[in-house]
Amino acid sequence: MAPLFTRVRLVFGALALFALVFAAVPAGAQQPNSVNPTADSVNEKQLLQEFGKVRGRGSIPDTKSFTIVRPAGRDWRHFHEVTLRWIGAIAILGMVVLLVVFYLARGMVRIESGRSGRTIMRFNGIERFVHWMTATCFIVLAITGLNITFGKVLLLPLMSPQAFSDWSEWAKYAHNFLSFPFTLGVVLIFFMWLAGNIPNWVDWEWLKRGGGIVGHDHPPAYKFNAGQKAIYWIQVIAGTAMVISGYVLIFPFYGTDVANMEAAQVVHGIIAMLFIAIMIAHIYIGTIGMEGAFEAMGTGEVDVNWAKEHHSLWLEKELAGDRKAPPPQGAAATPAE
Amino acid sequence: MARMKFLCDADRCIECNACVTACKNEHEVPWGINRRRVVTINDGKPGERSVSMACMHCTDAPCAAVCPVSCFFTTADSVVLHSKDLCIGCGYCFYACPFGAPQYPRVGNFGSRGKMDKCTYCAGGPEAENTAANYAKYGTDRLIEGKLPLCAEMCSTKSLLAGDGEIIAQIYKERVMKRGYGSGAWGWQTAYRETIAV
Ligand code: HEM
Ligand code: SF4
Ligand code: SF4
Repeated sequence: MAPLFTRVRLVFGALALFALVFAAVPAGAQQPNSVNPTADSVNEKQLLQEFGKVRGRGSIPDTKSFTIVRPAGRDWRHFHEVTLRWIGAIAILGMVVLLVVFYLARGMVRIESGRSGRTIMRFNGIERFVHWMTATCFIVLAITGLNITFGKVLLLPLMSPQAFSDWSEWAKYAHNFLSFPFTLGVVLIFFMWLAGNIPNWVDWEWLKRGGGIVGHDHPPAYKFNAGQKAIYWIQVIAGTAMVISGYVLIFPFYGTDVANMEAAQVVHGIIAMLFIAIMIAHIYIGTIGMEGAFEAMGTGEVDVNWAKEHHSLWLEKELAGDRKAPPPQGAAATPAE
Repeated sequence: MARMKFLCDADRCIECNACVTACKNEHEVPWGINRRRVVTINDGKPGERSVSMACMHCTDAPCAAVCPVSCFFTTADSVVLHSKDLCIGCGYCFYACPFGAPQYPRVGNFGSRGKMDKCTYCAGGPEAENTAANYAKYGTDRLIEGKLPLCAEMCSTKSLLAGDGEIIAQIYKERVMKRGYGSGAWGWQTAYRETIAV
């Protein structure tokens, strides 16, 4: 028989346990009301509004993968698929139309006093080599670059997808590797012709008189007139911009992120379109736009009358510097005339 | 035909990375390429959430739009696939993709990055055939066998859902109703231009 004391202890113990359980129940029932599991949870919409993207921490070496949502890629898509195409189409076709209209209205700028038959050296072999190296690279870079922008719209419908891919792959390699001689050309052109391309007051006068292209005037000019100086500086500045943005594109994610890559492409694309349009005008003036101009980069020798009309100050300087340069009566070149 | 989608219920994801491993193993994905990855936001802080992310197989996919050789196509199940025979490795799809899904076997090498690789929704390549050549390029085609993507199939918490968009949206909705909270369908607004209203 258990002593009374033990029984009492048991009863009290049981009561205490009951009390504990009953006290605990309401506390437990309150738990869901006091803890909200989403209270400080991240919210996609809020993150996107705040940072424009959602980024966290991952467990693989590729840190680019830590960004999980970045809707800005769709803006770049719009630029690449719509905006850049419009810029390119307007700049390039616009320039072609302008030149056709100009050619029909003005025709070829003739050597007004006719050819003298005597020539004078304008660009030496090194200058011509650098010019044509850069020009060849430029044309290939322009065509292969435009293939990235317009190829699938203009070329793909004409050939099989595999043929277009094969061509585009080669085009890409050409674009990538010709960037090196092009870069060299930009640098060499800069140093080679810098001295002749510093703007001065003669340019102002030349511009005021319409440069002899718009009207029939022949304002004086040194080796490079204001128009040629403009082409020089465009080549140097736009060329440098193409080189820098191009190398950012060629070496993706070397210290750049996706936004930087997109920006590089935007710069590269827009400048490319304007650059190509301007170079079409440059090619026009150097060929069908002006009689006697092509020879300067072809054989390197220009007709003395051409030089007199377009680069009078340069001709004077050349003649003063080396009086024997043009033989008195085109001696060796045209003996019978 | 179904409109296949992925949905990651971040309130269930425990960052175990099983989906990542499943994908790598199923398709023998090469070293350095991750078709799927798990990213943790607010790591170690209150409200931490993990999201498993891969190609979302977008509606009107940006990658397909910018590809200069148009090598993408969308299957009848709305899965976005691409042809590795046509890809020239220009890297543009990565710039346009809102989810960073496209991956390249090489880093730079004068702009040549090799053929782009990304999640195929376990639907193989354009040829829709389980041949050795296709396996090497794209991995297995489970969809053709009536199976869903392996990552979602073996998710232990069923955080990652794959399947018809309407059905997985319904499952998610019921979960949120029952437990009383949900941080939303990550990426849906961006990928599909719609989200799940609960
Ligand atoms: C150093 C010089 C250059 C480098 C390194 C370079 C590099 C690149 C790269 C890497 C791309 C991306 C496409 C691809 O990977 O195939 C590109 C695109 C392009 N490049 Fe160049 N480039 C250079 C010069 C030029 C020049 C001089 C032109 C034009 C005359 C040009 C026109 C273009 C165009 C139009 C695109 C396509 C833009 C687009 O639609 O996205 N590039 N370039
Ligand atoms: S997630 Fe990226 S790769 Fe996948 S379909 Fe969308 S844009 Fe293309
Ligand atoms: S990397 Fe390949 S798939 Fe991607 S945009 Fe370039 S060509 Fe197209």
